[in-house]
Amino acid sequence: MTRIFRMLPLFVALFLLSAVATVSTGWAAEHKNLILATTTSTQDSGLLDVLIPIFEKQTGYFVKTISVGSGQAMKMGEKGEADVLLVHSPDAEKKFMADGFGVNRKLVMHNDFILLGPANDPAKIRGAKTAADAIKSIAKANALWLSRGDNSGTHAKEKGLFKAAAINPEGQKWFQQTGLGMGETLNVAAEKKGYLLADRGTYLALNKKAHLGLEIMVQGEPKLLNVYHVIEVNPAKWPKVNNAGAKAFADFMVSKKTQEIISTFGKKEFGSPLFFPDAGKKPESLGL
Amino acid sequence: MDVILEGFTKAAQLLASLDREVLGIALLSLKVSGLATLFSLLIGLSIGTLVALTSFPGKKILVSVVNTGMGLPPVVVGLFVSIMLWRNGPLGYLELLYTPTAIVIAQTVIATPIVMGVTIGAMQNLPANLRLQILALGATRVQLVWMLIKEARLPLMAGVMAGFGGVISEVGASIMVGGNVRGYTRVLTTATVMETGRGNFDMAIALSVILLLFCFAVNYILTYIQQRERPR
Repeated sequence: MTRIFRMLPLFVALFLLSAVATVSTGWAAEHKNLILATTTSTQDSGLLDVLIPIFEKQTGYFVKTISVGSGQAMKMGEKGEADVLLVHSPDAEKKFMADGFGVNRKLVMHNDFILLGPANDPAKIRGAKTAADAIKSIAKANALWLSRGDNSGTHAKEKGLFKAAAINPEGQKWFQQTGLGMGETLNVAAEKKGYLLADRGTYLALNKKAHLGLEIMVQGEPKLLNVYHVIEVNPAKWPKVNNAGAKAFADFMVSKKTQEIISTFGKKEFGSPLFFPDAGKKPESLGL
Repeated sequence: MDVILEGFTKAAQLLASLDREVLGIALLSLKVSGLATLFSLLIGLSIGTLVALTSFPGKKILVSVVNTGMGLPPVVVGLFVSIMLWRNGPLGYLELLYTPTAIVIAQTVIATPIVMGVTIGAMQNLPANLRLQILALGATRVQLVWMLIKEARLPLMAGVMAGFGGVISEVGASIMVGGNVRGYTRVLTTATVMETGRGNFDMAIALSVILLLFCFAVNYILTYIQQRERPR
């Protein structure tokens, strides 16, 4: 017993040393740190795992990727807690820009949303012309709908679709909010055999590994496009943000080489790419 | 069932091949939670001993507060620590948010009341006459406290184990203040949540198995120390 107590100061010293090391390396790197607030889909699909190391190597910045919903990412930008955003919630983004929280919003890429449901399709929506029609049938059939309910880009898109279908799902028994990210919500929908809106990338990535048993019911409508923009947080509003780094990251995302990587990402594994590069295009050309 | 088996196989593979990323994540977990436990031990043991051995007005209230703190929800701690550490928050100039240090801070806040509460309980449970006896043998105050701590070491070690177990398995605060940044603040629990979200259940199970192994190893060592024969 006493021997162990005698060794205690040694352990203490070692631990304190490594604590100091942890703290000091954190401080040394402070000016090269870049906080990227992004959506769960870019992280969960694995795209950022490919892109970030290249960016870091090229520029020397250390990127802290905080993956939250688009809504929370923009909140972080509003408070100056992030330097650069990669988000997919166009209407909210426009408001964000109009309120002066961001500068240099650039189109990066798109993929699309798909309406998924259980194979037996209890609301009989397979092949419905529009997502709004499908949603009407789901509401009529009281078939379970799972919403992320987290102010993410997907949630914002879903709200728009419900509005287009003139249905207010709030408080309905068949409408459940998970409050979770895309991947987790897909898992919940698979378990509960419900309908949901998901981005194609996350669905493809997850379905390959987990065999969700969910099938694509509605797809291909221009309304279902899922467009990603990169936005630098306004340094005039928040002097503490790393604008040089944000600029470098935005430029990197729309650079030719990065766009090429995006265009092939996931092709080998899933048979089709998960994202389509759009840098330099006008949003109108996507049918928005 | 298959997925669980796959998970265990994957865990064995990862451990056997010493996968560098997983190893890094596991070591960071151990380091962060170990440090947090150590700091909470330093704070909790000293203040807890002081509280237990003295009497002052408001002691009951203070002890109730500490006992409430033993069940402090980690997400609440995570929320408040992140607000404190925000760039534009009161401690923002330290630039600690999304660093391993931030996780250590949050976990220390979680573990300290546990260690302190157990310390107060353990110290107050010692026979009242023991203090008189030790003092009668001519011990200084420092020696007295040292003897009492040694006497109470069984429950104290239990407090350390509870504190460590609480923080290494904690996910809410770690993800809020650490951000799950790859290769930097990603720990076993936050990595498990992320892999589950990605549908990589085998990887998630593998990480869980490693987490459990760690908990067991640390608790085994602490139990070993706790259960050793007292020196006569």
